[in-house]
Amino acid sequence: MLQYIVRRILLLFVTMLLTSIIVFALTQFIPGDIARLLLGREASEQALENFRDQFGLNDPLPQQYINWLTGFVTGDWGTSFSSGNPAVRPLVLERLGNSLRLTLMTLIISIPLSIVLGIIAALRENTWVDSAISLISLSVVGLPEFVTGLVLINVFALQLGWFPATALVSSDHQLGDWLRILFLPAVTATLVLLGYVSRMTRAGVIDELKKPYVRTAVLKGLPRRQVIFKHVLRNALLPTITVIALSVGWLIGGLVVIENVFNYSGLGALLVESVKQKNIPLLQAVVMITIFFYALANLIADVLYAVLNPRIRLT
Amino acid sequence: MSAVIQANNLNVEYRLNKVWVNAINEVSLTINPLEIHGLVGESGSGKTTLALSLMRYMAGNARIASGEILLDGDDLVRKTEVEMRKIWGRHLNLVPQDPLASLNPSYTIGDQIAEITQLHEGLSRAEAWKRAVEMLASVKIADPEAVARRYPHQLSGGMQQRVTIAMALSTQPRLLVLDEPTTALDVTTQAVILDLFRELIRDNHAAAIYVSHDLGTVAQLCDHVTVLYAGEVMESAPVDDLFAQPLHPYTAGLLASLPRPTQNVETRLYAIKGVAPSLTERPKGCVFAPRCPLATQKCFDEKPALENTGTGRTVKCHYWRDIAAGKLSVQAESQETTINAAPREGYVLNARDINKRFGERSILQRITGREGDYVHAVDNISIRIRERSTLGLVGESGSGKTTLARCIVALDAADSGEIELGGIQISNKLEERTKDTLKNLPMVFQNPNDTLNPYQTVGQALERPLRTLSGEPMSREQIRQRVAELLQAVRLTPEYSNRYPSELSGGEKQRIAIARAFAADPALVVADEPTSSLDVSVQAVILNLLKDLRAEKGASYLLISHDLDVVSYLADWIAVMYLGEIVEEGDTQDVYNAPSHPYTEALISAIPVPDPSQKQGHIRLEGEIPSARHIPSGCRFHTRCPRKIGKICEEQAPPWRDAGDGHSIRCHIPIDELIALQTTQPFNNPLSAQE
Ligand code: SF4
Ligand code: SF4
Repeated sequence: MLQYIVRRILLLFVTMLLTSIIVFALTQFIPGDIARLLLGREASEQALENFRDQFGLNDPLPQQYINWLTGFVTGDWGTSFSSGNPAVRPLVLERLGNSLRLTLMTLIISIPLSIVLGIIAALRENTWVDSAISLISLSVVGLPEFVTGLVLINVFALQLGWFPATALVSSDHQLGDWLRILFLPAVTATLVLLGYVSRMTRAGVIDELKKPYVRTAVLKGLPRRQVIFKHVLRNALLPTITVIALSVGWLIGGLVVIENVFNYSGLGALLVESVKQKNIPLLQAVVMITIFFYALANLIADVLYAVLNPRIRLT
Repeated sequence: MSAVIQANNLNVEYRLNKVWVNAINEVSLTINPLEIHGLVGESGSGKTTLALSLMRYMAGNARIASGEILLDGDDLVRKTEVEMRKIWGRHLNLVPQDPLASLNPSYTIGDQIAEITQLHEGLSRAEAWKRAVEMLASVKIADPEAVARRYPHQLSGGMQQRVTIAMALSTQPRLLVLDEPTTALDVTTQAVILDLFRELIRDNHAAAIYVSHDLGTVAQLCDHVTVLYAGEVMESAPVDDLFAQPLHPYTAGLLASLPRPTQNVETRLYAIKGVAPSLTERPKGCVFAPRCPLATQKCFDEKPALENTGTGRTVKCHYWRDIAAGKLSVQAESQETTINAAPREGYVLNARDINKRFGERSILQRITGREGDYVHAVDNISIRIRERSTLGLVGESGSGKTTLARCIVALDAADSGEIELGGIQISNKLEERTKDTLKNLPMVFQNPNDTLNPYQTVGQALERPLRTLSGEPMSREQIRQRVAELLQAVRLTPEYSNRYPSELSGGEKQRIAIARAFAADPALVVADEPTSSLDVSVQAVILNLLKDLRAEKGASYLLISHDLDVVSYLADWIAVMYLGEIVEEGDTQDVYNAPSHPYTEALISAIPVPDPSQKQGHIRLEGEIPSARHIPSGCRFHTRCPRKIGKICEEQAPPWRDAGDGHSIRCHIPIDELIALQTTQPFNNPLSAQE
């Protein structure tokens, strides 16, 4: 088991190394002369040259890559191309913090909700309850996030006034403030996840219910509660873990639309900005961090899966 | 003596396509304390449904329509599920068919057993765990403390089944339901488990229902037998009476369809014609009439009553008196003989020094140059098969017999060794084999579903090998003709060519698979457990067919089976495999009789004879076949051999000894001594399980 975890961690490093190569290579394909693009048409040859020197754009590519990577690993994530050349790291870390908060909030709302719905649907398989749950969760998945987001804003922020319409982050937020501003974006993200996670849970529970060990449990004379909670769920929720882990990656780096709708400064919004500005150091850092957390979530899911599953833990 | 469980006029229905159809029809039976009651029938007979209904456990789409089930006089039918929970696990316990799937993969064995006594006897966790360990010891598990801490997947099949038995017995139930508990096990393990049942049921003063399709185990285990067909009782009798003189044509047919080593090899097996009716189209008169050789018009019009014959047995047939008096018999037909063409002189197959290893070396092992975790599935084996003869390959699962067969048809490429077909050397690799070789060397698999494409009609399935493998191009008409001939050869009508596999029964599918193997006039047909997924009545049809085709078409077979009786019916020559090696080979009769290799002796001894008057042999093998990863030194069989003679068996590989007529045995015990041992002192080995 320990060997398995060590192997998985090594794999994480390899993944990140490959990712770094790909990210670096792709950013080389941004069309046009970056210096010219950023400094404008009027910039003098000298100014362009200075800019290239300053950001090491004149070095050979492998050299640039190694400089960038060593910098990245040692904590020097470079300076942003944008005005004032602020350091990339604090900016990205701040946004990451915001994204993690939103992710956490979303998970707190969505996991219990979708699992409970999935279980109810499975236990009432092919009844109206099941159909209703399926219908609702699938139809909200179908709706684009900006639609659900705007509807939520309209109802809960503009009409009822329970939550702020925009999720503006400020440094002196207390926990209560955070909960208030995160609630609507998190609900919007939950609506997207709900369908997947509850369907997965439902399928898992239905699969397990058919297995002979459930009959064994019933014929032991166990109360139904115990058959479901102790015997069935223990096995049925294993695949759900993987789905949730995959969604964590999306929550951290992929909430572009939701962050936009709510004006929330997360990593997704930052990614878009950096692309728009052709701000390469920033873009690289955001992508690396997003992918790192994505891979990390996967690793945790795999390890958790193995720990909870004796068939993998003990072979 | 008051009955433990008594069912009166029980009717069980299933909901199929929105209508309720009858699955168990007016069944009454009584099980007394200490009795092991066999429920026998083929697939679809409703035997498992009945057994579970007696526990009042219903599948989601089933219900008890009428009748009563009295457990010590208390009617279970009227109980709610909540009330049943006090009875399940306490008075009524199940030993399931598939032990691995029936145990929760995520909890330890100890936890799963302890759960029952915690629930029903209010024991604390620690007390319940202690009891679980005691129960494991009582089913003769060698290291119960350690096993209790393991998870189901870490145990072998035999051990898993012991665990479910321990579980079922931990509350001293009134009735155990044993649902085909040994079907998934090797015959050697099965013999040990059956011994265990006998002993435990006696010691626990329980009663049991033993559900099985296997008449051999029923004869050996049960006190009373009820034969079911289409959800109705056909006959119910004390075991000795039933096997000595079946009074119902169906029972008689089942018994006559079993291949037995003692029978004249030229006798055709009796085959019950047709297939069992589906639940929705129950015949109006006698349910068995469409398949009964004795049926008259009366049988089709009038349902026979279940009559008491006066000797503790009941039977449902209009003509049981005539059958009892010997005036009528279903056997007449079975006296027919097959054309038993003698083998020819030449060899169709000559395989020399075949080796096959699986697994690979990990990176670490490769760097350090160490040997990997190889599984040496086939270790330097040579076999020869005469033209128009059958070589039977027997051994437990894990012996390597299937791998050897797959190497011969090149589904697995042998690592080394030479294969000659009809005197010509052929490649070990599938992609290097010529069309001609492929056509001459087809394989028939255990499960015909794996080989038939569900989207192809039977005709299409048979045309393909005709087109691609036969040398000359054929016209449409010729192909149609050949397909019809092939169907005829496997005793099916030409109309079958338009059907899809889903419209066929298991036996019909296997006949199509055989027809396809014979499409291009093969030299050697490799058949891997061709009948083990089929009911006995269908098995008889297939075995007769294989025998006829051998005579008609002059083909040879390599027949692989765990069932020695099946092998002995068809094979002229038998090779016994153990852990990748052949330990004995010879003429079928020679292998069956002394001298035998101690392993063969144990295999034969473990066969449950379908005759209660003839008790099973006494030799029981300890534990199960070791993993091919860790092959024992010296004689590979020494870890389990009941006749082991000492250190020499552990240290030196035994020599081949010649018992005459090509019969050879690989053992340190000389032939004369083997004969002396095996004829004078049948070994009595206490059963145990050290794994
Ligand atoms: S009643 Fe007729 S059809 Fe039925 S088993 Fe007896 S003889 Fe055969
Ligand atoms: S060599 Fe020894 S261990 Fe092997 S079969 Fe013979 S007696 Fe048994």
